[in-house]
Amino acid sequence: MKDSGRYEPYSYFQLMEVSLRELLVEKGVVTEDAIAGAMAAMRARGPERGAAMVAHAWLDPAYKARMLANGTAAAEELGFEVPGLRLIVVENAPDTHNVIVCTLCSCYPRMLLGMPPEWYKSRPYRSRVVREPRKVLGEFGLKVAAKVRIRVHDSNADMRYMVLPMRPAGTDGWSEERLASLVTRDSLIGVAVPVLPKKPKTRKS
Amino acid sequence: MIERSHHDMGGQKAGKVKRTEHAYDDWELRVDAMMMLLVGVVGGSKRMTVDELRKNIESLPPADYDKLGYYDRWVISLTQTMIQRGVITTDELARKLADVEKRGRR
Amino acid sequence: MADARYRTGDSVRVRKAAPLGHVRTPFYIRGHAGVVERVCGAFPNPEELAQQRDGLPAQPLYRVRFRQKDVWPGYRGSAADVIEIEIFQHWIEE
Repeated sequence: MKDSGRYEPYSYFQLMEVSLRELLVEKGVVTEDAIAGAMAAMRARGPERGAAMVAHAWLDPAYKARMLANGTAAAEELGFEVPGLRLIVVENAPDTHNVIVCTLCSCYPRMLLGMPPEWYKSRPYRSRVVREPRKVLGEFGLKVAAKVRIRVHDSNADMRYMVLPMRPAGTDGWSEERLASLVTRDSLIGVAVPVLPKKPKTRKS
Repeated sequence: MIERSHHDMGGQKAGKVKRTEHAYDDWELRVDAMMMLLVGVVGGSKRMTVDELRKNIESLPPADYDKLGYYDRWVISLTQTMIQRGVITTDELARKLADVEKRGRR
Repeated sequence: MADARYRTGDSVRVRKAAPLGHVRTPFYIRGHAGVVERVCGAFPNPEELAQQRDGLPAQPLYRVRFRQKDVWPGYRGSAADVIEIEIFQHWIEE
């Protein structure tokens, strides 16, 4: 690793990281290049792939059907490499809202959404969203009507989940790229829904 | 109470969700990268399963589980796994930790 | 691979047990009854993988849907609200 030239004390955990890495490299178990490559890939990844899948599904009903039947194949169809991912896509509807959690740890479709947000891994989210989803979603500023059914998905084993949000009204004729720009990471987890950017206020002269 | 493991928190009472975001430090991404390589997801030489990592995280004392950062828990558990698997020994780790500390810089 | 005993639509109940080791069936769902939403396939047993064993034969894994009002006493949401979790076959009461 290139020396940054800074001299700062390690935390015990940072000390452990350096020590583990040096031992593994010395033993030929990993290489610095492979570590750097994996780091760069995760740094670069945001929710663009998930957003692209959603926008494509909004415009192509046959793709949407394939995506709901086999999420992994649908991701690969768009050229995304998703090693080891077993994806289930769950669809929002006027009467159904989906939200994803991993109560046991922090399982998340990283290959499509990037690194999970800190709150997703936190005790309050993991504990409460399974038991009082409406209240937790309210804390995210998302009001879910009483007559809408909430499906909470606990990704506790081998599958990973992504929400297919509803396409917002007022987007007729939009390009796939423009549609994808509406799809936020939070809407793919289910704590938000895509909204149109606010129109700038026009001043009356 | 030992029947319900500390990490198995679905349905427990907790405070409001703090919507914190976190810019990952390099050392955290290195831990992440090592894990990905060691479980064989992104090439690399498969030396462990993610299940072993999880088991070791779950074995952390509850106070540590709650207090430590996410990658603090990961680096401890990852290192434990490598010792359990015989990829490194406790003695090698002890000597290396002392050596790195003496060198004193990132 | 162990044979899949259940199909979509089957009513199943999760075993109530509190074993040691690494378990991927959350405590809150044990003992509860739900309906199989889909069969996910078969996967090596994570309880065994965690102990450096190969987890074979692969165990059938099901997505099971539970009504929230059945799972949580005093649940204050829609009666239609559900929670869906993956349950390994060996955690389903025979």
